[in-house]
Amino acid sequence: MTKEQRIRWIAKPLVFVLCLTPLMWLGWQAFAGGLGANPIEATNRFLGDWGLRFLLISLAVTPLKAVLGLPVLMRFRRMLGLYAFFYVTLHLSSYIGLDQFFAWGEIWADIVKRNYITIGMTAFALLVPLALTSTKGMIKRLGGPRWKKLHMLVYPAAILGVFHFFMMVKADIREPLIYAAVLAVLLGYRLVARARRRPPRPVRRAQRTQTA
Amino acid sequence: MLIKVRKPSDVLSSEITPRSVYLDRRRFLQTAAVAGAGAAVGSLPLAGLAATPGAGAKLEGVVKSPYSTGEEATSRESVTSYNNFYEFGTGKDDPAANAGQMKTRPWTVVVDGHVAKPGSYDIDDIFKAHRLEERIYRLRCVEAWSMVVPWVGIPMADFLKRVEPTGSARFVAFQTLLDPEQMPGQRRAVLDWPYVEGLRLDEAMNPLTLLGVGLYGEVMPNQNGAPIRLVTPWKYGFKSIKSIVRMTLTEEMPPTSWNKSQPREYGFYANVNPEVDHPRWSQKRERRIGEFLKRDTLKYNGYGEEVASLYADMNLAKWF
Repeated sequence: MTKEQRIRWIAKPLVFVLCLTPLMWLGWQAFAGGLGANPIEATNRFLGDWGLRFLLISLAVTPLKAVLGLPVLMRFRRMLGLYAFFYVTLHLSSYIGLDQFFAWGEIWADIVKRNYITIGMTAFALLVPLALTSTKGMIKRLGGPRWKKLHMLVYPAAILGVFHFFMMVKADIREPLIYAAVLAVLLGYRLVARARRRPPRPVRRAQRTQTA
Repeated sequence: MLIKVRKPSDVLSSEITPRSVYLDRRRFLQTAAVAGAGAAVGSLPLAGLAATPGAGAKLEGVVKSPYSTGEEATSRESVTSYNNFYEFGTGKDDPAANAGQMKTRPWTVVVDGHVAKPGSYDIDDIFKAHRLEERIYRLRCVEAWSMVVPWVGIPMADFLKRVEPTGSARFVAFQTLLDPEQMPGQRRAVLDWPYVEGLRLDEAMNPLTLLGVGLYGEVMPNQNGAPIRLVTPWKYGFKSIKSIVRMTLTEEMPPTSWNKSQPREYGFYANVNPEVDHPRWSQKRERRIGEFLKRDTLKYNGYGEEVASLYADMNLAKWF
């Protein structure tokens, strides 16, 4: 078996199934009555947690590739990003379909009035174009640089996602702070890497742009 | 003066189990429980069980109350496993997991401030001195979920009459036990410990206001606020302070924990009100635990007949 075959026929299916285990666990708990007294709330929280976790996992791919020297990790980035979108979409669906049961008036009032829902919805909206342009064909049609630029939307989406969680909790902010710290490391790494990659601009040019 | 309190949702007299049948059943259950416990520990003296009731022990001499709702009670399992009691952790299942270690005997409630009879009141003396009533109340949490809980308790007014508030008393300030050893949640400053709450004296004297000491006919489980807690069914759940160690009669409005934490979100009164929005949750509807579809929230949680007069002429959007 070549390395390519091992990735395609073993590693990828394995990661695919692994990423589904939270959902399978949720399904099993729902079936076995393990979600407690308020299963709708538990479902919603669980899906939101995993949406955020997969968002962070997919953002960890690039730094890990560099730090560990494992370019092969890039082969899994799209799948992980799409799983983030998958769990975030399920989270939103459970809010609309289970929690609110399609009470559109109430949902709209929530979006307008409750900041953490406004922010969560915005984060979701930012992720939609990324999921839609995740195919090879779309990358080609957009062209590499434009596609890359568009997919930088994942950064504000992740920041808003953590904010959404942070604003939702009543008093105990420890858990959202953990997510915020992880995200800060992942985004901080990129800022540092970018600063290192680009040599400082010549002073003359900087002056020119200032006067322009 | 309040005379008749029955509402359409209340138990019809035809639905009430005849007292003799009820007592027979209770006696049967008690006998069975005592026999079971006795068999389990062999030589345990039966009288000892009644003298120092632990969580789950049957409460005796509990009388029914016309203030009870006829709505179906939320399952005991849900009532005792889905709790907000941050002293034991901020997750809903944390209190059930962590509260077992709390010692509820010996327990004293300090009563001070503007009262004629201040002092330390032993929990067992409180049990003996007052009539225990079963009050099946709706409970509405500010987080937009609700339950129906068959509390057992002492009318707060009975207790207050015993300690005799003086003429200058206008509020009752309550305080929860402060003991990070027993209450692991207090080891982090999630709230400004100890938890404090307060009622206006007329609210505390309202016949609905209860000092809860049990539920489902049994001694209060620790996670529900043992050994003694407040129950104010027309207010959001966080007003109903748990594991009380002090009541102080004051002239000034006392501070309250959630108001100190987020003054924009939680007021002193915290009356259930679908018309006054909360920045975090719409208060128009609620999910009754065990049900799928949300139901409309009732003003004063459906207890307007008993309590609306307390707030006549008050701007409820301001005094939320």
